[in-house]
Amino acid sequence: MATVNGEAILSVDDLRISFSTYAGEVQAVRGATFDLRRGETLAIVGESGSGKSVAARSIMRLNPESNTIVRGGEIIFEGEDLLKLSEKRMLDIRGPKIAMVFQDPMTSLDPTMRVGRQIIESLKQHLGMSGRQAAERAAELLELVGIPHAEARLKQYPHQFSGGMRQRVVIAIALACDPQVLIADEPTTALDVTIQAQILELLRELQERLGMSIVLITHDLGVVASTAHRIAVMYGGKIIETGTVREIFYTPQMPYTWGLLASIPLPTADRSQDLIPIPGTPPDATDPPKGCPFAARCPYAMRICEDEVPGYTTFSDEHRAACWLHHQMAPNVERPARITGAK
Amino acid sequence: MLKYTLKRLVNAFVVLFIITTATWFLMQLLPGSPIQNSEKLTPEQEAQVAEQYNLDEPLPVQYALYMSGLLRGDLGDSYQFGGRSVTGIILERLPVSIFLGTQAIIVGLVVGLFLGIVSALKQNSIWDSGAAFLAVLGVSVPDFVLAPLAQYWLGLKLGIFPIAFFESWWHSVLPSLVLATVVAAVIATFTRTEMLEVLGQDYVTLAKAKGLSRLAVVLRHVLRNSMIPLVTIMLPLTAALVTGVLIVETVFSIPGLGEQFVRSIFEKDFPIIMGTTILFSVFFVASYLLQDILYGIIDPRIRVAGNRE
Ligand SMILES: Nc1ncnc2c1ncn2[C@@H]1O[C@H](COP(=O)(O)OP(=O)(O)OP(=O)(O)O)[C@@H](O)[C@H]1O
Ligand SMILES: [Mg+2]
Repeated sequence: MATVNGEAILSVDDLRISFSTYAGEVQAVRGATFDLRRGETLAIVGESGSGKSVAARSIMRLNPESNTIVRGGEIIFEGEDLLKLSEKRMLDIRGPKIAMVFQDPMTSLDPTMRVGRQIIESLKQHLGMSGRQAAERAAELLELVGIPHAEARLKQYPHQFSGGMRQRVVIAIALACDPQVLIADEPTTALDVTIQAQILELLRELQERLGMSIVLITHDLGVVASTAHRIAVMYGGKIIETGTVREIFYTPQMPYTWGLLASIPLPTADRSQDLIPIPGTPPDATDPPKGCPFAARCPYAMRICEDEVPGYTTFSDEHRAACWLHHQMAPNVERPARITGAK
Repeated sequence: MLKYTLKRLVNAFVVLFIITTATWFLMQLLPGSPIQNSEKLTPEQEAQVAEQYNLDEPLPVQYALYMSGLLRGDLGDSYQFGGRSVTGIILERLPVSIFLGTQAIIVGLVVGLFLGIVSALKQNSIWDSGAAFLAVLGVSVPDFVLAPLAQYWLGLKLGIFPIAFFESWWHSVLPSLVLATVVAAVIATFTRTEMLEVLGQDYVTLAKAKGLSRLAVVLRHVLRNSMIPLVTIMLPLTAALVTGVLIVETVFSIPGLGEQFVRSIFEKDFPIIMGTTILFSVFFVASYLLQDILYGIIDPRIRVAGNRE
């Protein structure tokens, strides 16, 4: 898939988000930098707990008001820092400018409200449509996301839809006001494999038709190969490597990315041999390591890795990674064969 | 839905039958007998009274007589008040109790919902603490303590309210408030918990992600979903209220059914005890049914499940 070279529609710079909890300050995002270009799909990939959802919700300012602390950074959209906008201005961003699809379609819809109303609500709020106009548009939207018998379906409640269909409804809600940016936070994780493929296909198709920019969050690199243009790998609240899909798959530069790639099941190979999970657990967000977040689990870790955060090394226009192995004084480490051989 | 409703109705009657029977036999275990209490009666008079009320028959016969009367809708005659019919006494006394109870429910519901909602939306604010205080007060201080306290302070000391009897609406305020405290406390605590739970749900985040204002999110999505479980506590709440009515009416000397019921136990006025118990049971069973129906109306998931039957 071709890289979309273009201006950034959304730029996240050194984002730092914490939560105050009884256990102390949870540093969920610790300096994440990435941008989203017009018309592209950027995949943010990382293990559970790496801060993907928190970063995504920060863009929409949907983290719980009561205990979220913005420690720093900015999120530039249309020349303004979203972190500094008033709550009132944010209401006009959420929906018509930036929309979001969540992980679990079983819990994302209000169980006591007809599906139609849940779509129409958005249309009335932002586009000031009349009831009839909104109902027509809602039916169009359901058809757009591939739900047949739209008219009848609008009158039904969420429990009358299957998981995959519900996720389509959630996508329809997100698309209601023609957003420029769609953030999909693990939109297929909760679904069956076949449905997963359908939803990803739908997102790809919609992007082509509507020209949105998509942030696709996932912990499964396998999902992004055919869907994304670029990949940002997130670990311990930081983006540790970013590049085009090609670069990340063929010339990954950071041992964590190698590990992620090694844990993708290959359809062709003997699975029991090929699937290598990364040993160890992610760092504790209440007491994050002072050096590279991956040092504790990294088979190639050096002394410096534990003491100092590595800066980015640039490999191409798009490709950079934060890893001490690329320092001129570091030993030369060969990537494991499983990665080089990966399709 | 019809089959379902019928099934519920049959169940309800079985439950009523069991309660009636159990109460009837338990009542016989009360020490003493209705007539032996009165020392002024000669043995002949006692025998005559016993015969008049079938108290000379063996227990199974008495039970059969009572039940057959019941089937005809006859609750029998009171042992006091010159043998007035139980139905008549209940009809005379019930409106006062209903009035007190309804007033308490309305006040309790309004205050409880308000405090619950505000304290969930403004966690750790002064409202939240206020609601927490009321909740502790209402749930842990029993009516028989609260009622005399209210009588003493608001009635005697401050002289705002009359402390007993039922001569005007003003007389009903204090007892209703005492009753409403529990209701408000339970509803406030419950609403707060439910609201906080719902506020953390994905669909609320999605509603916010649509760009709806905070108020719209709360009104359209949070409230309805938090109110559904409220239906499930209506029953225990009603139960608490009925016991509350017994106590409060007695403490405030209010001529309602509750006060009559308590007195009839001391007097061993069996027909009144039975009649009132049956009425209370019908009330509970009916509120169970009502709860099911309400639940179906508010929660579409249940409505559809019911339709499939
Ligand atoms: N509201 C919150 N309060 C406290 N801690 C939080 C909150 N939200 C997230 N966290 C913590 O922040 C860290 C990052 O969480 P996040 O949900 O972003 O992970 P993720 O990368 O999306 O993982 P997953 O794949 O499981 O969705 C976790 O340690 C999580 O426990
Ligand atoms: Mg997540």
